[in-house]
Amino acid sequence: MFEKIWTRHVVAEGPGGHVLLYVDRHLLHEGATAAFTRLARSGRRVRRPDLSFATADHYVRTAPGSPVPDDEIRIMVEGLGRHTVLQGITYFGVGDPRRGIVHVIGPEQGLTVPGITLVCGDSHTATHGAFGALAFGIGSSEVEHVMVTQTLWQKRPRTMRITVDGRLAPGVDAKDVILAIIAKIGAGGGVGHAIEYAGSGIRAMSMDERMTVCNMSIEGGARAGMIAPDDTTFAYVEGRPLAPRGAAWRQALAFWKTLPSDPGAVFDREVALAAGEIAPTVTWGTSPQDALPITARVPDPADVGETGRRESMVRALAYMGLRPGTPLAEIAVNRVFIGSCTNSRLDDLRAAARVAKGRRAVVPAWVVPGSGLIKRAAEQEGLDQIFLEAGFEWRESGCSMCVGMNGETAREGERVASTSNRNFEGRQGKGARTHLMSPAMAAAAAVTGRLTDVRTLRT
Amino acid sequence: MRAFTRLTGVAVPIDLPNVDTDRIIPARFLRRDRDEPEYASFLFHDVRFSADGLEKADFILNQRRYRGARIVVAAENFGCGSSREAAVWVLAAYGFRAVIAPSLGDIFHQNCFKNGVLPVILPADVVAGLRAHIHAQPGAALTVDLQPQTVSTAGGASHRFEVDPFRKEMLLAGRDEIGLTLGFETKIREFEARHAREMAWVVPPRASA
Ligand code: SF4
Repeated sequence: MFEKIWTRHVVAEGPGGHVLLYVDRHLLHEGATAAFTRLARSGRRVRRPDLSFATADHYVRTAPGSPVPDDEIRIMVEGLGRHTVLQGITYFGVGDPRRGIVHVIGPEQGLTVPGITLVCGDSHTATHGAFGALAFGIGSSEVEHVMVTQTLWQKRPRTMRITVDGRLAPGVDAKDVILAIIAKIGAGGGVGHAIEYAGSGIRAMSMDERMTVCNMSIEGGARAGMIAPDDTTFAYVEGRPLAPRGAAWRQALAFWKTLPSDPGAVFDREVALAAGEIAPTVTWGTSPQDALPITARVPDPADVGETGRRESMVRALAYMGLRPGTPLAEIAVNRVFIGSCTNSRLDDLRAAARVAKGRRAVVPAWVVPGSGLIKRAAEQEGLDQIFLEAGFEWRESGCSMCVGMNGETAREGERVASTSNRNFEGRQGKGARTHLMSPAMAAAAAVTGRLTDVRTLRT
Repeated sequence: MRAFTRLTGVAVPIDLPNVDTDRIIPARFLRRDRDEPEYASFLFHDVRFSADGLEKADFILNQRRYRGARIVVAAENFGCGSSREAAVWVLAAYGFRAVIAPSLGDIFHQNCFKNGVLPVILPADVVAGLRAHIHAQPGAALTVDLQPQTVSTAGGASHRFEVDPFRKEMLLAGRDEIGLTLGFETKIREFEARHAREMAWVVPPRASA
């Protein structure tokens, strides 16, 4: 599948095995402001504004009230709006109900479709690969390069297929699958690879779940992660506002059906996991690979032979304030964050609401929908009421405490049960300690005040 | 872009694997202008300075022998995580021009080339050897020479590394990539015409305001 999309987008062969690759979609957020400024300074223009789309997600506040926390950010967000107008780019800005996290609204608007190349100046762009698109994150210089030329110089990555066969056990979801995958291949295991996720365990997933899996490809080191398009994909895309329609839809569909990898396709690396063996998973350390089943205990660095690994474990445990041997399910949390481009879609909110319903949060717990439209849809289903009655905070859409650029951070030393994708030191605020998990597990932590096996809460 | 040819400078060992770009530059500094005079102080900010803004003595960059270091000798997967190019900008602002590691975060690796910083990938045991060498002689200099693709110590040990020929040429010449690509304008036009015929559905309908 990777091959089929790649070949279709080669504009020219360059030196040293590089190709000039055409970009079908360029998604932008506030982080593009620096590139816009350089573009304006050089007097150049965006080559294909009709293929470029922008939103504001990283810096916008998610508390009700003023959408910007301070003047510096106000100037940045307004600047993005001004640049998009000047360049003729569609902008889902503040006040637009379609505004939301860039990786949530691309699919929601029908911009993300199979068979295309899609880039964004953000490392979680692999999310869009869930549709069978070749999607990857780029840096700021590359953003400017795409603005001006609609292309990128790329070297063909190696390919890796990760097959997840079988059925997930009750209480286990897509987040547990990707955390288990990263624990298996390591945070650097996918470097230089484009991953294809396959197998019956993946096929059975909804689009929301597939996006959760592809989203964290970068946490395994891979820039791109893809899933072959099928009827689930087509049903999701059909009728979206910016998806192909009429004759274009039929033409597209015919092409999309040719995309799945041929039966004999060869990958540079193959990895397999049994879906049935995956348990609800949480991280204990400061790298997404530091993941274990909730039934396990905090590992002991003394058991690790390799010096580098042992030292980084000692450091991670010191930062996390954890002692080896402590059962994970006994670790008390101070805060819960349900949101981010990994887990802020309707399926995620439903999963969390099922756990929250009829219970009571004992620590501050935020629910941050991925987009204005998801927020609205959740409210129509009454999810907001379930959360509010359970004492959770129901907020506006955005990246929020996933990265805290908008000032929404956890306090130093606070321990957060989070559905986001990174548990790096300081990611959710200076000195904040992050445990990654699924939305259901995060909701469970909110109602018990500690990391909790969601399966023990079911009635 | 600044050209990179040959560099001799103090090398600093960073032994931890998986150093992410959030640690290299915390998110709250991303809104800052990279031309600000204090930009270099954001490098490794939260591990380099204590809460009262004083340098932490145990952080390696704060040790006297490593002042003015120009080369990072890192462990596996340095620069992983967020795509923030600021991680390279802040390293460059501090004075670093080369990063040697057994592996690098993919996007970080690309971002280095675009900012005149040379990423050097060498086998894990060679890099570990270099780090051990520097730990034994803090303040020791390394020489990174792009044309022959070598890293050498003052003692004369030399290691050859692989580098992409395309990126090498661009770095040696200090060439601007956008300028290069604009030279492919005819090819891009031809591609767009063909793409519009074969995959007409790719252009989305106009969004209503
Ligand atoms: S939700 Fe988090 S990971 Fe996703 S785009 Fe926003 S900041 Fe990045």
